[in-house]
Amino acid sequence: MSPVVELRAARKRFGEVEALKGVDLAIRAGELVAILGPNGAGKTTSISLMLGLRRPTSGQARLFGLEPADRRARSRCGVMLQESGTTAVLTVRELVALFRAYYPSPLPTAMAITLAGLDAKAGARAGTLSGGERQRLYFALAVCGDPEALFLDEPTVGMDVEARRAFLSSIRTLSAAGKTIVLTTHYLEEADQLAGRIVVIDRGVVLADATPREIKSRVASKRVSFSVGAPLTETTFTGLPVRNLELADRRVRLLSPEPETVLRALFERGVAIGDLEVTGADLEEAFLSLTARP
Amino acid sequence: MTRPATAPFSRMLLAQTRSELRMRWRIPAFSVTNLALPIVFFVFFGLPVAHLRRADGVSVGAYLLASFGAYAVGNVMVYGFGIGVANERGMKIDRLMRASPLPPLVFMLAKVLTALVFALLALLLLIGFGVAVGGIQQPPSVWAAVVARLLAGSLPFIALGFSIGYVSGPNGAPAVANLIYLPLSFASGLFVPLGQLPDFVQALAPYLPSYHYAQLAWSALGAGSETLGTSLFWLAGYTALFLTIAVRAYRREERAKFG
Repeated sequence: MSPVVELRAARKRFGEVEALKGVDLAIRAGELVAILGPNGAGKTTSISLMLGLRRPTSGQARLFGLEPADRRARSRCGVMLQESGTTAVLTVRELVALFRAYYPSPLPTAMAITLAGLDAKAGARAGTLSGGERQRLYFALAVCGDPEALFLDEPTVGMDVEARRAFLSSIRTLSAAGKTIVLTTHYLEEADQLAGRIVVIDRGVVLADATPREIKSRVASKRVSFSVGAPLTETTFTGLPVRNLELADRRVRLLSPEPETVLRALFERGVAIGDLEVTGADLEEAFLSLTARP
Repeated sequence: MTRPATAPFSRMLLAQTRSELRMRWRIPAFSVTNLALPIVFFVFFGLPVAHLRRADGVSVGAYLLASFGAYAVGNVMVYGFGIGVANERGMKIDRLMRASPLPPLVFMLAKVLTALVFALLALLLLIGFGVAVGGIQQPPSVWAAVVARLLAGSLPFIALGFSIGYVSGPNGAPAVANLIYLPLSFASGLFVPLGQLPDFVQALAPYLPSYHYAQLAWSALGAGSETLGTSLFWLAGYTALFLTIAVRAYRREERAKFG
């Protein structure tokens, strides 16, 4: 089966600026992928190429094996874009009903509104919605066609904590129902909680494409330090996932992608540990070290 | 898979047109301007002389209703498309629509249908007002011909509206539309009969699109001053000109926004 989305050696140049410098990416049906990167990294450009909103300067973009602008491909996608608007004078219900009509076999209007958590605002005009409510309206417009694939460009911008939690839970539900979901975000936490696969992109280049766990372990680890009753030797740590081991007197410092494993093993090996500290090196640090500017 | 690949054209067009009608109705800048303004102008310029007869025997009231009818339809088209398209570009509605499965043709067609409905409504209100308040009499078939010709001949103004909408920004569009359309209407003898206008305007009028457009309505009353073929020839020429401008501006924007 061909991938839902495919970018092949995709480059995109805007005048002097090369926004994408040869991106290869294939997303298969059912995947939940977060494209993660700082502002201006090329996330929106990538989504625009996938959706045929922009044409690659060179290379290829494919959506359901078709030219992305093909209506048959578009009819299988729901999108939520940054920097897009909708008319202010139609109500939420009217807009959802309108967008349903664009799709071959849409969800009932009420169901799309409920999925987006907008029941209380169904009769409100789009122009009266708050920033977070407007994001949820765009989400309702994205899901109302019951598409196989969802493209969400910075979907949670402007949402408060409660709205974001509800929104992320809707995304999990849709993912569990087998939808392919591609979302961009610069919230690491979001990518970490949601996605089975994270594509880290910066300055137009894919820096990493792996599970959140792999990304965390690849570039940074937890900093573990503790004191021991008697000095240890390196043999105590044989076979454990540790790096940068420092044994200074009775103080031990090390880096590990899996500090829990290390500590459990040390307990089992009868090492008496005191004064334990485990710090830093979450996805945020991983991300920062991946995208570090010289 | 058994489900169809795309939504049916008719369902999309119906939903899109219904939404466009609602939107226009709910924006007073469109609905009030489109429907009330021609009547207000007619009260000032038309009613006081509605009882008179022209030298060719045609009722001045009916002649002016036809003139203001031409103004009204052009008004719906130029403002509706000009300001409407510029606004939607400003609000980046085009970006979301671009990414949706809705074909651009359906999007355009819904706008044209909506504008035609509003133009029809504007004409019915204007003529109804003229008949009820001004006591202006014409056989129903004549009114029907005036309405049908004005709707069918409105294409150059749709094209003019699109070109204004794609050339100017959301803030500039109302000014551009006014600066083009009001002088055009005036100089074509839609507000005041041509005979009462300065000589240079009378000399200029036969080159203007609204002059030939109004001829469609005037000749339905027997008060035209050129053949139907001549009117249509000019209107077709202007449609081609405005469409060329609109398409060029549209393509330029396409390259910038979606290239």
